[in-house]
Amino acid sequence: MDVFRSKKMNRRTVTLGSAAAFAAITLAPGIKLAAQEAEDQLEVFSWWTAGSEAAGLDLLFAAFTAMAPDVEIINAAVAGGAGSNAQAALQTRLAGGDPPDSWQSHLAKELESRYVEPGYCEAIDDLWEEEGWGDVIPEGLAAQSTIGGSKYIIPVGVHRGNVVFFNKQVLADNGVEVAETISIDEFFTIADTLKAAGITALALGSKDGFETPQLFENILASRLGAEAYVGLWDGTTAWDGDEVKAACEDLVKVLGYVNEDHPALTWDGAMSKVMEGTAGFTSMGDWAYGNAVVAGVQDTIGYAAHPGTDGIFISVVDGFVLPVGAPHPNNARTWLKAVGSAEAQIAFAPNKGCIPARTDVDASTLNAYGQWSAADFADSAVVPSNAHGAAAAPKFQAAIGEACVNVLVSLDAASFQMELADAAAAAELGS
Amino acid sequence: MAAEVAIPPQHEIERAHKSRFDRAIGPLLLSPSVILLAIFVYGFIGTTIWISISNWDSAITDWSIADPWWKVYDALFHMTRFQINIRNTIVFTVFMLLFAVGLGLIFAILLDQHIPGNALFRNVFLFPYALSFVVTGVAWRWIFNPETGINVLIDTLGINWVLDKLGMGPFAPKWITDPRVIGDLGSIIPLPDIIKAQIGIPAAMIPVIIAAVWQLSGFAMAMYLSGLAAISDDVREAASLDGASMWQLYRDIIIPLLKPITISCLIILGHVSLKIFDLVYAMSGRGPGYATEVPGIFMFDKTFKVLEYNTGAAASVVMLFMVSLVIVPYLARSMKDV
Repeated sequence: MDVFRSKKMNRRTVTLGSAAAFAAITLAPGIKLAAQEAEDQLEVFSWWTAGSEAAGLDLLFAAFTAMAPDVEIINAAVAGGAGSNAQAALQTRLAGGDPPDSWQSHLAKELESRYVEPGYCEAIDDLWEEEGWGDVIPEGLAAQSTIGGSKYIIPVGVHRGNVVFFNKQVLADNGVEVAETISIDEFFTIADTLKAAGITALALGSKDGFETPQLFENILASRLGAEAYVGLWDGTTAWDGDEVKAACEDLVKVLGYVNEDHPALTWDGAMSKVMEGTAGFTSMGDWAYGNAVVAGVQDTIGYAAHPGTDGIFISVVDGFVLPVGAPHPNNARTWLKAVGSAEAQIAFAPNKGCIPARTDVDASTLNAYGQWSAADFADSAVVPSNAHGAAAAPKFQAAIGEACVNVLVSLDAASFQMELADAAAAAELGS
Repeated sequence: MAAEVAIPPQHEIERAHKSRFDRAIGPLLLSPSVILLAIFVYGFIGTTIWISISNWDSAITDWSIADPWWKVYDALFHMTRFQINIRNTIVFTVFMLLFAVGLGLIFAILLDQHIPGNALFRNVFLFPYALSFVVTGVAWRWIFNPETGINVLIDTLGINWVLDKLGMGPFAPKWITDPRVIGDLGSIIPLPDIIKAQIGIPAAMIPVIIAAVWQLSGFAMAMYLSGLAAISDDVREAASLDGASMWQLYRDIIIPLLKPITISCLIILGHVSLKIFDLVYAMSGRGPGYATEVPGIFMFDKTFKVLEYNTGAAASVVMLFMVSLVIVPYLARSMKDV
């Protein structure tokens, strides 16, 4: 009898416990943790934790402090290349209803599918109006900042994805001269010369998964030109067409010139090969140049637009957004004004190794590369990067990434193109 | 008379009070952990299962059930990439357990011989276990980089020079960059049509297994050492009096006596191995052609990068199922023992 009763008691406790647990789960999203009432803080989320990037972020903070001296800044940066880990951490916070006051995002599709569609971001058309950003930020970037007719982000710094970096000494030793622009055919001729000399023509690191899609989008741009390249992402250029076929074949051909240990390397490992002189070229975004600057070897490192992409600027742009339900909305708006200012952008760019998003700033404080890039930015067709999330929604981007993983092993251009075309069909572009 | 019976004596009332309190205190003390377990383990497992059969495949939360409800699982098991993941996990688990537990046993038996420097070796073998998997992964990635790692050592030692003199090619494996899959089960026995992945041993997985064995065999060794210490000297003396050789002593007496330790090792390392993420992520990542990708990496990728929450949740549920296959029989067994 006693045993029975105690068992019953246990069962009831368990039932009660589960009921309480269930209630807690269902109610949890409704319970807001006591938020800081006074607006004496600003929490900014980014993935700028490495040396010069962190220094750049500090200068943005300084610009904010000049406008709001009494506000304490909380730097919520999460480390990880190309934001791979940071985005996961941020997504968890947003889904849990705990947004920081502002966070870093790339423009266009990444902004749209990750943050605007789920309703995490507030439109900032009024800020664009007030600060006159529409007049100083180029058309291409303004369009990438606009989702459904409203502006949601203020671009801060612009990187270029379609750059090749090369070791001038290695090329000179092998009797190769590089003009200011390189055509696709010229590149393959040079690559043959280097290969014959036993040097890796193109250094690649494919471990992180974004490097091969980036190399491929550079090749796509070289074969399609700016307009058709943009058409790939809105459905007006066919993925099963002849130009894409040529690009797929080029990629497979290029893979014949890369280092064998690419699956064990990331992009910076590939850049190191160029800096050390064991490889001739690497095709990477211009953040790679920062490694050469840090190592003090920028004099031996040359640069040009990725072969065949002169006049095209594949942009990788960082900006900041205003969240819905920011803990400190007024500070967040001040922060956006600060990072959108000419002073902050020109202070930030040299450290980050990018160029300002505003075209009304004096580029003379940038290094030689930055000045070259800024001049090209003003003259070129500015198009979005897929490898960095701006051109395609995450699913299509991931499908292209998977196709790239497969082609690295299969080296089969036809099946690669078929896989891409299937992914494009599944993505229902332009609908 | 009847009235007298109706009033219980004072001490009985006290006892009834006390026992009611006693009965309540157990569940009361347990309830915080029961509630926490209910929320943070079973509640979240339930939520994950729900997400895995839902339509939530973007940043926009969507709890509605897919039609048919097994849609996500169907797509998952038809995905070549996920089939490769499962193959990799099984290969990794089987070989890692075999070598980690085997080497652990050998080390333990050797150390049990009371050789000089016993304590030193015990610590040397156990130290790797104290490292984080991420540290192990990064270090072994450098070692198994074919252009800068162990191959340079092989070359420096002159092994390739000797092979060259013997008319053989250089010994320069591609280690973690090797996309080949050794063997093809499909060519030996007919596999169901659904299996599109090549069922064999991915070459790039071998270095990862070596790194895991390096790290985990020390744990198995420590377990076996404690098991060996628990075997009474009487047993050994009795065996030697009966004329058993060293080999017979270990094969017929000691190793069978260590069976509970072996089972514990297999269970503990087995569930670590089925859930492995950090070591592989830091060492080789997805590997060439997903040769080293495991479901943990797939889940991280799908959930947080692609935002296909339902696919990620389904992969988690599959991992949970695989781990339960190992854990549940063990629990059932230990319950029976109690």
